[in-house]
Amino acid sequence: MKTLAENDFAARHIGPSPADVEKMLDVIGASSLDELIDQTIPSSIRQTAPLDLGAALSETQVLERVRAVAAKNKVLTSLIGQGYYGTILPPVIQRNILENPAWYTAYTPYQSEISQGRLEALLNFQTMIADLTALEIANASLLDEATAAAEAMAMARRIARWERPAFFVDRDCHPQTIAVVQTRAEPLGWQIIVGDPLGTDLDPGGVFGALFQYPGCSGEIRDFRLAIERLHTRGAIAVIAADPLALALLSAPGELGADIAIGSTQRFGVPMGFGGPHAAYIACKQAHQRALPGRLVGVSIDRRGRVAYRLALQTREQHIRREKATSNICTAQVLLAVIASMYGVYHGPDGLRKIARNVHRRAATLAAGLRVLGWTILNENFFDTICVDAGDRQATILRRAAENGLNFAASSMKTGRASLA
Amino acid sequence: MPDTVEAVWRSFGGTKGPPDRLSFEQVSRGRPDVLPEPLRRSSRFLTHPVFNRYHSETEMLRYMRRLADRDLALDRSMIPLGSCTMKLNATTEMVPLTWREFSDIHPFAPADQVAGYIEMLDNLTAKLCAITGFDAVSLQPNSGAQGEYAGLLAIRAYHRSKGQSHRNVCLIPSSAHGTNPASAHMAGMEVVVVACDAEGNVDLTDLRRNAQKHAGALAAIMITYPSTNGVFEEHIRSICEIVHGSGGQVYLDGANLNAQVGLARPGDYGADVSHLNLHKTFCIPHGGGGPGMGPIAVKAHLAPFLPGHPERKSSHAGAVAAAPFGSASILSISWIYIMLMGAEGLTAASTAAILNANYIAARLRAHYSLLFKGRKGRVAHECILDTRPFKESAGVSVEDIAKRLIDYGFHAPTMSFPVPGTLMVEPTESESKAELDRFCEAMIAIRGEIRSIEEGRLPRDNNPLKNAPHTALDVADEEWQRPYSRAQACFPLERLRTDKYWSPVNRVDNVYGDRNVICACPPLAELEDAHFVETGGIKVTA
Amino acid sequence: MLKFTKDHEWLRVDGDVATVGITQYAQEQLGDLVFVELPAVGKQLETGAAAAVVESVKAASDVYAPVSGEVTQVNESAVSEPGLVNSDPMGKGWLFKLKIADPAQVAGLMDEGAYQALTG
Repeated sequence: MKTLAENDFAARHIGPSPADVEKMLDVIGASSLDELIDQTIPSSIRQTAPLDLGAALSETQVLERVRAVAAKNKVLTSLIGQGYYGTILPPVIQRNILENPAWYTAYTPYQSEISQGRLEALLNFQTMIADLTALEIANASLLDEATAAAEAMAMARRIARWERPAFFVDRDCHPQTIAVVQTRAEPLGWQIIVGDPLGTDLDPGGVFGALFQYPGCSGEIRDFRLAIERLHTRGAIAVIAADPLALALLSAPGELGADIAIGSTQRFGVPMGFGGPHAAYIACKQAHQRALPGRLVGVSIDRRGRVAYRLALQTREQHIRREKATSNICTAQVLLAVIASMYGVYHGPDGLRKIARNVHRRAATLAAGLRVLGWTILNENFFDTICVDAGDRQATILRRAAENGLNFAASSMKTGRASLA
Repeated sequence: MPDTVEAVWRSFGGTKGPPDRLSFEQVSRGRPDVLPEPLRRSSRFLTHPVFNRYHSETEMLRYMRRLADRDLALDRSMIPLGSCTMKLNATTEMVPLTWREFSDIHPFAPADQVAGYIEMLDNLTAKLCAITGFDAVSLQPNSGAQGEYAGLLAIRAYHRSKGQSHRNVCLIPSSAHGTNPASAHMAGMEVVVVACDAEGNVDLTDLRRNAQKHAGALAAIMITYPSTNGVFEEHIRSICEIVHGSGGQVYLDGANLNAQVGLARPGDYGADVSHLNLHKTFCIPHGGGGPGMGPIAVKAHLAPFLPGHPERKSSHAGAVAAAPFGSASILSISWIYIMLMGAEGLTAASTAAILNANYIAARLRAHYSLLFKGRKGRVAHECILDTRPFKESAGVSVEDIAKRLIDYGFHAPTMSFPVPGTLMVEPTESESKAELDRFCEAMIAIRGEIRSIEEGRLPRDNNPLKNAPHTALDVADEEWQRPYSRAQACFPLERLRTDKYWSPVNRVDNVYGDRNVICACPPLAELEDAHFVETGGIKVTA
Repeated sequence: MLKFTKDHEWLRVDGDVATVGITQYAQEQLGDLVFVELPAVGKQLETGAAAAVVESVKAASDVYAPVSGEVTQVNESAVSEPGLVNSDPMGKGWLFKLKIADPAQVAGLMDEGAYQALTG
């Protein structure tokens, strides 16, 4: 290792100085770093050519480069929805959590005594989700909504009374959710039936469970209570994928009879980020807690009898159960769950209701205005998303939207869809 | 926001001739909502005080600070967790991800609006291929475990494409990380465990036997290299050859890549697919348990089977994550790290990682026995300290040592993985000699405390390890009935008198917590009244 | 008559009914139990089938049926108070009772002496 110039970043990243290295080699009993590596890595696998990566950049140079690349992204106001919405991250949370090494350099809270701060933040997250979904137990995050849906399907299989081979998926689920669920089902031999949950496509006696989207990807808000009752009479499990902001105004999944609820907490202050990271959630009735995937924060006591938080029921997880674990999930989305939980702490129930009402009011106003302009809105009920019948004007509208700095979602059904935030 | 609505109206225009200029103010006035009556929420939520008392910025700021102060993170001291690679998350790496050009982009935005992202992702992909010796990369999996799952699905699809869909056996060494068999199960494979020998290496005899026994049905082996035991096994090429010879593919768990960047490449010595933990080797911060990114790198023959996505028609294979490029915005962190280090810097980092681990092993050798070593007596980037004998000699468990390290201001190394009852230490290249020495000093002092117990100078059931971690409340107790001093408990080293991290709680009762499962915020009275608390499991006594 | 298996289950036979539990050694290895899952009454078990699950904070173990038979009774006390299995694994911490299908299978199990030799 040749001596790196002081202003090279590598010297900032690597701890031991050249002087340190000499002393350390002495203690180890190696005459040089090259000798140490030769003694450590079998010669049969050593790479012969150096890495083809170009010269290192300084910190100033790299930020210039990245700025130039970033400038090639065009930031429009995206009203595409489909699981990702505009949201405002309160600056105090951005600076003190997302940009704070005290939070982002922390490890998974396996050593509970030294993790009480983030365990409390995660407990707040679980409580917030349990409240919003009106289900008793929520975990400390999953990877994203589509993955959460796949996990919910696997969980439904574990807890359903009968091991039927099929799982029903609402055709108004986000397309990426349907895709990930199909991928998960295939190797396990489960059949996925995609259809209208309020019609005859859903046969409660033929499935081990069903997934509904609430509100739907199209924006439509549908009443699933009857469909859920029918599933229960036949011993099948009901899963609702619910938008947590909508739940500030709409009946909760638990109130509709759902056994499991999943979703994304992206719109609780976490930027879209071209797909992530965002914390997904899963919640269920207390009776099913042992079937829950992922990490679960629990409350216990310490030796002095004082309240102390910890990771509970770890025997469900991969590091103990291995192939019999409830899931393979290890790393999740804790930092984002912390951010979402702080959003809930900062805004409180009234703040969230106000944000939700404003979003809805904008969508309702938008729809009303479009009707005045002569357009047909396809949704009967909606929270934040409307589908407009664009006929053969779809392409023109999308082009004009881009000129106005907007993105809508186009669908093959010649509609334009806009989701307000 | 009203501007946005008006812009949407302008985009649509009127259907019957030129539109009137609509104003948001006008159209929204007095407008009722259109939520369906039967589904209107009437129940309350977020009633717990924590959601109702921190609404000024000052209160919010202090609440976040209070919570952060309770925790021990990498900004305070080394976190030498084996297999986790807790290295520097440099500030420059973290800066761009909150720029709006990266944060405010929708994952399904039109391709012509995301040229910057595409350039970054393509460039990062090329660099990851150069580093690993593979030919193609999918950035979709957003964790290591999800990468394992996607990689195994690719292997499965590859076998099917060759008319070999009956291949479903996955060989996994007994020392493997738990996610390996869990992922194999999810990919519909049957897990067959391969034994490890006394040196902690994959037992070649057992591997040959199993490869032969399952030859017709062999889909893959999942190996970690260097091994989870911290050793560069000599016969890695043979392992790959045996598996290939029986028709299987080699999945290499990339969790230990930090020991080899610039020095060896998985694609060169026989692996077909690897996931890379970007939140380990490539500096994405651990975040308390995420976010992570687990892209998979594959040889050309597996490239057609990389995950696809409904929003991007690049592959026919199924999607494994909601977004086509996983948690795309944090990829900037790894990209910047690689650009900042360059080829020389990355190689120097791997070398320093190996140096630091071997230094700790050398300094602690006289106090703790080292479990596994390579053929020339060296460890890779992590080493395993055998703390099992203390159970018998002093009644001290590995957990006791971990909790006592807290009193010395350190997060413990990895406990009981891959070998129960041991500690696995991975310092990473970012730690200075001074910090390594501080850690060794603490471990040596603790060994001294254990010796006191072994030699009968401290009782087995009442000593600084059994009672760790100690808190400020312990020090403030009216009576101190222990056979060691308060100073020994809380300030066992001189430097701790200046800078002391105080554990906010004493040893947590895990059995109590799992017997009485409570997973939501307890009522505030119990938190503030700091005594034995139980609600449906936690009692309140004054 | 008391018999043992190599998987650390014990079997106490009384006529054609066998009471099954885990041994002292097993409960020591597992540590404090936090959860016990028992089979449904009426369930038919084959020898070696996973019949019950016992979990501590850091481990989960299957309890296997030592012989084939039908589950006639389960110990609800073990479910509500898993610590009972630790404090009295051979007595009050019993797990389930089986109506033995084939008495000859019992003879093939270890007696106490052989089990002690196994666990040292």
